[in-house]
Amino acid sequence: MDCTETQRRLHAYLDQELDAPGAVAIDQHLASCARCKRAFAAQSALRAGIRRHADYHHGAPRDLAQRIRARVGAEAKPRRQWLHIGHWLPMGAAAAAAAVISWTAAIQYANVPSDQMLAEQVIAGHARAMVASRLIDVASSDQHTVKPWLSSKLDFSPPVPDLAGAGFPLAGGRLDYLDKRPVATLVYQSRQHVIDLFVWPDAKTGDTRPQALSKQGYNVRWWKHGGMNYWAISDTNAADLKAFSEAYASAN
Amino acid sequence: MAKIHVLAPAAHPIRKAADPLVSDERSRAQRFERIFLPHLDAAYDFARWLTRDERNAEDICQEAYLRAFKSLDSFEGESGRAWLLAIVRNTFYSWFRKNKPDAAAVPFDEDGTIAGAELEAPIESMDRILQQRDARRVVNAALERLPQEFREAIVLRELEDLSYKEIAEVANVPIGTVMSRLARARKLLLQHLQHTRES
Repeated sequence: MDCTETQRRLHAYLDQELDAPGAVAIDQHLASCARCKRAFAAQSALRAGIRRHADYHHGAPRDLAQRIRARVGAEAKPRRQWLHIGHWLPMGAAAAAAAVISWTAAIQYANVPSDQMLAEQVIAGHARAMVASRLIDVASSDQHTVKPWLSSKLDFSPPVPDLAGAGFPLAGGRLDYLDKRPVATLVYQSRQHVIDLFVWPDAKTGDTRPQALSKQGYNVRWWKHGGMNYWAISDTNAADLKAFSEAYASAN
Repeated sequence: MAKIHVLAPAAHPIRKAADPLVSDERSRAQRFERIFLPHLDAAYDFARWLTRDERNAEDICQEAYLRAFKSLDSFEGESGRAWLLAIVRNTFYSWFRKNKPDAAAVPFDEDGTIAGAELEAPIESMDRILQQRDARRVVNAALERLPQEFREAIVLRELEDLSYKEIAEVANVPIGTVMSRLARARKLLLQHLQHTRES
């Protein structure tokens, strides 16, 4: 094996892509040729330098796997709904199924809905809509269409601000049943994610500061303002949901 | 040679259960979990490197996994990782076209000569360069200067540890192209590093 041939195969040798006889031939040449040996040493050093110093390995955020499972589970078979949801359990998350089970439990055992139980209901409501592909009853990006539609079905009128400028275009609205009463659900978009915002009046007055939790691959954020309960939920990340909540609150 | 053998025998699901539809669905979910979820870090790192943005990387990842799930039945490859990274890459490019329609593809002369790229150029003291205190900055700057296609080959080879065959699959080019891109990329990197030392 001469130098030209060795140089030609040096990368395949370095990358362990040569078969055994090919690699042995290079070994032998390198042992007797200082120039090729230097070239190989430089390549090896370069490799070590890249692997040690390249700004590349960060690793996925800890909750990303859960969010992927939730999203894949929810969108996998939207038409086959309840009977088959149990079969997503092997995937670990099965957010929808788990949420529905705990939602049922919450309905049965809870007289006083704590925030925790409400959170379960909110997650269930969101998951149910995603699974059933029934996200929107009235589809419109126009707040002046969505708001009257909701008002006509409910005994209150939720604020429906236009948040497109903040990166959260309105997709529509629907009705849900939460906290033992019908509630308005505003559906906003955040890039490729859906944000549901559940809104309903609260008997008690007094505002509360936003609280947040992350559960079953979803992020939830809730607050009380002007006698209304607001619960936002999405499979987007917590920072985006926070940005959404703040944009919504400041638009009111 | 250590190759990635992700596929267990169940990659060819037995379709004899009482309810084939249900068992199909379950085995799909299990296959998906087993083949692709272990490579989430790789998918995220690659997406982050492509987008240069954490949040967009998360979105690309979620979308790519959804696509991977939907086309699971057509996966019969050897490497779940290469297949997934190829989907991440495609997802990125369709996202990129949608979000940055004005950004024209940078012309790239694959066969063009690289000025003074002779391997005989004095390549000494590479060790010394790489052990200096600013080695991290120097290495990343050199990577940054590579044309996109070259940099991608280096990333997939050195940082994702893919074989030539897998890189060819991800980048959708022949193996010969992978080899020439790697060789050229390394020449350029060595030159950049030498140059940094001299200046």
